[in-house]
Amino acid sequence: MTEALVQLEGVGVRFGRITVLRDVDLRVAAGEGVGIVGPNGSGKSTLLRVLATLLQPTDGHGTVLGAPLGKDTPPAVRRRISLIGHQPALYGELTLEENLGFVARLLGRSHDDVVKTLSKVGLGGALDRRADHSSHGMQRRVEFARVLMTRPDLLLLDEAHAGLDRHAAALVEATVATVKRRGGSVILVSHEPDRMLPLVERIYEIVDGTTVEGVPEP
Amino acid sequence: MTAAEFWRQVFEIARKDLKVEGRAGEVLSITVPFGAVALLLLPMAIGTEKTMLAKIGPGMFFGVTLLFGMLVAFRQSASDTQAQRELLTLLGIDPAATFVGRSFASALLLLVFEVILAPLTVILYNPPLVDGWPWMLLIILLVALGLAFVGTLAGAVTAGVRTRSTLAPLLVAPLSVPLLISSSQVYEGLRLGRSIIPWIVLLLAMNLALAVVGVATAKPLEETSR
Repeated sequence: MTEALVQLEGVGVRFGRITVLRDVDLRVAAGEGVGIVGPNGSGKSTLLRVLATLLQPTDGHGTVLGAPLGKDTPPAVRRRISLIGHQPALYGELTLEENLGFVARLLGRSHDDVVKTLSKVGLGGALDRRADHSSHGMQRRVEFARVLMTRPDLLLLDEAHAGLDRHAAALVEATVATVKRRGGSVILVSHEPDRMLPLVERIYEIVDGTTVEGVPEP
Repeated sequence: MTAAEFWRQVFEIARKDLKVEGRAGEVLSITVPFGAVALLLLPMAIGTEKTMLAKIGPGMFFGVTLLFGMLVAFRQSASDTQAQRELLTLLGIDPAATFVGRSFASALLLLVFEVILAPLTVILYNPPLVDGWPWMLLIILLVALGLAFVGTLAGAVTAGVRTRSTLAPLLVAPLSVPLLISSSQVYEGLRLGRSIIPWIVLLLAMNLALAVVGVATAKPLEETSR
């Protein structure tokens, strides 16, 4: 059996009296893409934050990239995880180049890498543009440039296609393919299953806070 | 994590915060002018008797620095979004490095604030040039650093809290009191020829205590803010 990069058993998340997730079981193998679907408010983004080790589950247990879920996830494990969420993780006052440069320097990468990676995602002509003066699609492209730079073993995408044009959507597909080809896993969350189907091998649906495995339609 | 890696993270966080502030320009374009207006208005409220103004001038300077500097020190962490905080976590940034880097950036901004307002205080209040005035340069530096630690700590404590813009100044104000008292008393000590060592020790101790608390609580505070 292929090595599991993500393994959750009976995971639950409660915020006070509100139960968002319960008895979630999930197994994602190396090189596999998994889709998670469900209506708005069903707990998809919460599940992604658990998988990103940013939120500690209140019930159950599991491992992400070999590290048990909990408070003390080693930074070395977190550096192998990339999350693209609803809100862009960019500094509005900085240019697109400075935003990626900040990440690059922390990873010990060169300025040339920044320029090359931004060109790769189609932003070669917008290096000096401030992030808060850039479109949603451009901001998303910077986030995908960050993924290419950090080379994650686990890529988590929350509504990755939202607001993207055809070219940017192709970038999502190319990035997912790159991560999987390198033996990493990709978990995509969406309320539009049609766009994620070509990228995943399996789909889970969140029903009443728990996961139900389904089969992707051709 | 090696010491070199820690300090590299500190440097990058400080550099990023200063760059963000440089573009936003809130310290120079908003906070400094408001501080200057406060220094200008106070003599109008309490009278223009020259001896009294000269006596209270240094106290006013440190009071205005603490009140407006609080906004400078807290602004950095108040503007962070959840996505930005999570990015730092996933990049494996040590929360203590974030605390130190952010504090250094704020301290530098506060120094700029003080350096601009100090000559204005001299012009408006005309305090006597006391013997040993170079000690005041050290005091200005320690006040900037202490206030930066307090502001960053308050920002970390209130991160993710909906009422943080109200709560943070309430936390900063009482913690700033020892900074205000000791900095004013150093000037008074120099003016009256008294020993200033106890007040300098108090300032150093405050800075050290705030730095230790900030570094020690950085990780648990970062975890609870998620």
